[in-house]
Formats: sequence, structure tokens, C-alpha cells
Amino acid sequence: MNATVPGMSDLPGTDASGLTRRQIFERRQRRRSIVVAALSTTVVIAAIVILVPMTPGWYRVRRSFFNGETFAETFPRLLDAFVLDLKIFAWCAPFILLWGLLLALARGVRTPALFPLRLFATAYTDVFRGVPVILTILLVGFGVPGLGLSRPWNSPYLWGSVALVLAYSAYVAEVFRAGIESVHESQRAAARSLGLSSGRTMRHVVLPQAIRRVVPPLMNDMVSLQKDVALISLIGPIEVLRQAGIDKSKFANFTPYLGAALLFILLTIPETRLVDHLQNRQRRRTGATAIR
Amino acid sequence: MSDPTIDPKISLRAVRKSFGDRQVLRDVSIDIFPSEVIAFVGSSGSGKSTLLRCVNLLEPVDDGVVLLDGVDISTPGLDADPIRRRIGMVFQSFNLFPHLSVLDNVALAPHRVAGLKRPAARERAERLLTRFGLADKTGAYPDQLSGGQQQRVAIARSLAMEPEVMLLDEITSALDPELVGEVLDVVRELKRQGMTMLLATHEMAFAREIADRVCLLHEGSILECSPPAQFFGSPREERTRQFLQRVIDSGRM
Repeated sequence: MNATVPGMSDLPGTDASGLTRRQIFERRQRRRSIVVAALSTTVVIAAIVILVPMTPGWYRVRRSFFNGETFAETFPRLLDAFVLDLKIFAWCAPFILLWGLLLALARGVRTPALFPLRLFATAYTDVFRGVPVILTILLVGFGVPGLGLSRPWNSPYLWGSVALVLAYSAYVAEVFRAGIESVHESQRAAARSLGLSSGRTMRHVVLPQAIRRVVPPLMNDMVSLQKDVALISLIGPIEVLRQAGIDKSKFANFTPYLGAALLFILLTIPETRLVDHLQNRQRRRTGATAIR
Repeated sequence: MSDPTIDPKISLRAVRKSFGDRQVLRDVSIDIFPSEVIAFVGSSGSGKSTLLRCVNLLEPVDDGVVLLDGVDISTPGLDADPIRRRIGMVFQSFNLFPHLSVLDNVALAPHRVAGLKRPAARERAERLLTRFGLADKTGAYPDQLSGGQQQRVAIARSLAMEPEVMLLDEITSALDPELVGEVLDVVRELKRQGMTMLLATHEMAFAREIADRVCLLHEGSILECSPPAQFFGSPREERTRQFLQRVIDSGRM
């Protein structure tokens, strides 16, 4: 018997390399994108490197923002101060997540007796999402110690942290609420049909799914929190931004600010990449291909 | 099935239900006796699903009464949870819990609702899954299973609460044709064991085979309820004839 089908060789199939038409097309496309991306990046960077130094003020800017000596002298101190930012973040984050979750649950309460709870949670999220974080910090940080509390209850660390928890828990509560509402009604119906009470349905069926879904947006909020910790410097604590301000005055040079920025970036870039990674993984799990 | 000495397992008396202006159930009345299998047929939107959801109180009825063993379970304000434990429900779209393994899907309610210790609940789950040919899937997650397997897990999950009545809401409608058989086999087994069942279905051949009575729902009313031989052979109602004709025309029987 003849193995070749007549006319088969005319049909598009695999070539000598064993690749399909599509694979060859996509490989060519990929190579072209790499070349274009490399070229355009080179052009943009070259333009910046050549054009920026041609501006009239470049010399002064370089001296006051990119001063190597000042950097070397101040960076270790900034690093020390940055540890305080990390600490404030570390003790605020768990409270924010817990308080945010409780607020989200309170907003979903349907029992009439607990209506005040729901009202409170709604008003709370409205207020603290509406007020700029910096204002909350100023009001709480200067206002509460003004009540004349004795140590340690007048500490700006304490009330600065409280302000962050108040503000961020409102954002986080909204994220949790969106997650809870994204769990399809049919999941609740299935759980209730088995005789699970509404509380148990929330605890064992809805929440586990909701929390999994909101991990990426929650991480996003945590990255923002990481940066907003610096706002506490306004009410006193010498964290990295405050330290940079002190060194700026001392050296009459802005380079410490750049050092502080560098520290934040070193921390937040891996965090944001992790968020992206989680988000992509979630998209893959739900079976969608990215449309280009 | 009209033996006066047997009390109905479930009775619906003049049940009404509306969604907004749309009346979905209009004075539906029917007695369902122990071990009886009733198939509700009718076009989409005729009220089949709503009827089943009203029986296990997922939808509160607007008017009329639902009786379980002669007890009114449709009283407003009644705690529905203990009643739902006695009535199992299986859904068209399976509704398995995606974050739990197959075993935990089935063991959840026995553990959390029936109060079994976790090992006992898991043992019960394993027994049920083995019975439905899913012994090798206990550790899998729902999205790793075929539709037919998922639906069998859903049935096992419902049976794990040892219900007295099963409500099957178009349980094969979301399945590929070649997977329908394995799910229907499970329903056949339940029938052999004498389970009282209410099913909403589009599978006429199956309704004919398994049901003791087939009921046509049309615009929220039961138009005809008769044994399959009569329902499919010599229907009383003109509407039933029209419905069956449409089913035959669409090649579904």
C-alpha cells in the first residue's frame, strides 16, 4: 500500500524543522518584537542621557540630588531608620487585615437587631476612604495625645499606627466585601441546601473562596501601606523620610531623599512583581488566555 | 399511588410564587408519596426549578403551604436549616465547592451540620464515593473532574446528609451527551433503594423510564400528572400533546 496520500504534500503542514505554520509565524513574530523593543529602549535611554545634561540646570541638580559623597555618608543612617518603617508596617498589617475583614462581615449582616453594626461599618468605610490618609494621621496623631494622656499612651508611634490601621482597614474592608460578593449565589444555595446555617456557609464555603480571590488586590493595598508608613514622619517618629529630611538640612543636599526612595523601591518592586505573578497565576487557573 | 392509608411525604397546596410581576408558580398542588419518583417536565421558564427550590425553602413561597410528613414547613419565620437537612438537592451546574477536595465536599455537611467527628464524616464520604465509582477521585479537586464525575460527587454530597427526599434540578442539562448515562445510573440506583425523588428534567426517555408520574408544568401550573405510559402514550391534555410534539420535533425523544 502506498503510504502517501495523493495531493497531501500540497497541504500546509510541518516543514523540515518539524514546526507548524503557526509556530514558525509566532517565532518570527517573537524575534521581531524583541528587536523592536531593544531598539526603542536604546533610543529612549540615549535621548535621556544626551538631552538631560544639556538642560541649563543639570549641573546644579546633579550636585544636589546625585551627590555620591552625601549618599555614602547618609545611606547607612537611612537604612537604620528604614527598619522603623518596616516595624510599623509589620505591626499594622495584621490589625488592618483582621479589622478590615470584620468590617466587611459587619456590612453584610442582615439581622435587624444588628443593623447598628451594619450602619457603623458602612459609615466607617465611607469616612475613612473619603479622608486622605495624611489627614487621618495628622488628626489622630496630634489630636488624641492632645487629650493629655500619660506615657506610653501619648506615643506618636502608637497613634500614627492607629491612624494607618483606621484608614487602611477601610480600603481592605472594601476589597474583602468585593471578594465575598464575587462568590456566586449558587455556592450559597448548595451550602444552605445541605443544612449549613448562614454563618457556617460564610465561614466554610464563601470566605475561603473570597479570600483566595482577593489576595492580589490585598497585596496591592499592602504595597501602598508600605509606602504610606512614611507619612507618620509628619507627627514625629524618625523613620526614613524624617531621617532623610534631617540629613538634607545637615548637608544642604537632596541626595538623602533619593536614598530613601531607593530603599522603598528595593522593597516594593519585588512585592509588586509578586502581586503580578499571583494575578497571572489566578488568570491561568480560571482558564483565560491573555488577549493581545 | 392514591392509597388513602399512605400519607404523602410531601404535599404542595396552592403554592404561589412571584418574582416581581412575573408569576412563576400559580396554585400548584400535588401530593408526593414515599418512594415515589415524580418527573416535572415543561419548557424553560415553566417553573420546574422554582418548584423544587420552594420545596427545600431556598425560595420562600408567597402563598400556599408546603408539607413535609404532614408538617407545614412553609410557615414564615421557621428555621429552615433542620428541614433542609432532610431534603437533598442536586443542581444543574453541580455547585461543588471548588476550594475543597472531593472528599471534603462530601464530608463537610456531615461534619459541620450532622456533628459527626471528622474521621467518621470522611469515612461516610468515602463509602458514598466508592459506591458511585469515585474511590480514586477522593483527593482530586472539582475542576479536575469531568462534568459527569462532578455531578456524581454532588449527588454523593447531598446523600451524605442521609436525606429523606431528593430534589434533582435538571442534573444532566449541563453534561456532554456521553456523560449523561453515568449520572442517570446513579438516579436509577436511588430509585431501587426507594428514595422519594422530585426531578425537573428535559430527558423525556429517562422520565418515562424512571418516574412513577410525569407532570407537565406550563406557565407555573401543573396541567397534567399521570403515569408515564399514559403521559407519553395518550395524554389527556391538548397542551401535553403540543409539548410532546415539540419535543419530538426537536429530536429529543
